[in-house]
Amino acid sequence: MKPKLALYWAASCGGCEIAVVDIEIKILDVAEFFDIVLWPCVMDFKYKDVEAMKDGEITLCLFNGAIRNSENEHIAKLLRAKSVVMVAFGSCAYEGCIPGLANFYDKKSILEYVYKDSPSLEDTSKGVYPVTKTKMPEGEIEIPEMWNTVKPLNQVIDVDYYIPGCPPQSNQIAAVIDVVVDILKNGKPLPPKGTILGAGEKTCCDECTRERKEKKIKKFYRPQAIIPNPEECLLDQGLVCMGPATRSGCDALCPKANSPCRGCYGPPPNVTDQGAKMVSALSSVIDSTDPAEVKSIIDTIADPLGTFYRFSLASSILHRVQIKENGEK
Amino acid sequence: MSDEKKTNGWDPKIAAFLCNWCTYTGADLAGVSRLKSSPCVRIIRVMCTGRVDPSFILQAFKKGADGVFIGGCHIGDCHYAEGNFKTLRRIEFLKSFLEKFGIDPKRLRLEWISASEGDKYAETTMSFEKQIRELGPLELMN
Repeated sequence: MKPKLALYWAASCGGCEIAVVDIEIKILDVAEFFDIVLWPCVMDFKYKDVEAMKDGEITLCLFNGAIRNSENEHIAKLLRAKSVVMVAFGSCAYEGCIPGLANFYDKKSILEYVYKDSPSLEDTSKGVYPVTKTKMPEGEIEIPEMWNTVKPLNQVIDVDYYIPGCPPQSNQIAAVIDVVVDILKNGKPLPPKGTILGAGEKTCCDECTRERKEKKIKKFYRPQAIIPNPEECLLDQGLVCMGPATRSGCDALCPKANSPCRGCYGPPPNVTDQGAKMVSALSSVIDSTDPAEVKSIIDTIADPLGTFYRFSLASSILHRVQIKENGEK
Repeated sequence: MSDEKKTNGWDPKIAAFLCNWCTYTGADLAGVSRLKSSPCVRIIRVMCTGRVDPSFILQAFKKGADGVFIGGCHIGDCHYAEGNFKTLRRIEFLKSFLEKFGIDPKRLRLEWISASEGDKYAETTMSFEKQIRELGPLELMN
């Protein structure tokens, strides 16, 4: 009997699904080796099919997407019970990613903007909020309830392995699949629990080919403000490149396209908080010792929190921005 | 809840990262000199304030500190020549960061206190404790 494979998406954009099929011809190996039992984006299965399974019946679950609502959480818990190996696949499941930026706000202020204050709403629909339960002639129907805080997968269930990236690079996914098949076919031991798969053990800078000099920065620029020299370190040129605080594994894809690293592979090994590490890295290269001038240089970084935690706010030490009861930050 | 805590004998928790060469020795001097310094301060000795990674400070707040105090050598006196310059920039950066996180940056304080300034250590920690009492307990959302 073939080992069973489940792929699921929670709060995500679908990019991880594209990345999986981007492994091209290898997807046929996956289909041949595994019995796919759940893949909502691609194949037609029902939740009740999964519910009917025995605990531990699924060998491998690749779970992408953050936990944003009651349905995400319910399915995460269900798949955890049914799966032997649970993998947080992609940045959303690993660290919250773009959906995690909702943690800049709370549920109340998000709903208010979307259903009451958004300028594109018609007057008649302003202030009309969705409800989770609705009576219909056929009976009561229910939609999932949105949570106040977006969580990465490991804040809700026990996770065995992580594959970072927004999305994970296809060559890395293919390599992970080879490893998994090798383990299952030849009885090789599993890697230690908590291992980050499909990525490197250094920073993005390690894979970047640009020339680095001693950094001394007087002013930061937004990417659209300057045309960077393609040979020199982007951070040296005053662009906020997340390379020093980001795990290697993507082969420095963005810097190779003359664009600063966005940080999607998450913090490097032994770093718990990507944003704090970036504060530390930039503090070392700001060229001033006068507090007032330091502050004015820092102020040239547009949206530091959103830039440093673009992918990892939900898994950062503080998890979210604090919102007072009156909605103030 | 904050008000209730304030009136029901709440004492703030202050995590203090003190450099081995100056402020830690200054704190020692304050004790030996029998000066009254804040009893709410929990001291963590580090070799240099430059060792204090910003994540230590965030972790302290997350784990229940109401305030974080960093004490190091005066500018120009760093045992490692330029450790405290890095600290100066980091703390300045982190203060604006904390504000954006919705945490009052007054909960984080950096002071240069030399080994001979026991009185400054005592006064600074007392005034910091007072400030944290005014701000009340830090209650983080989940």
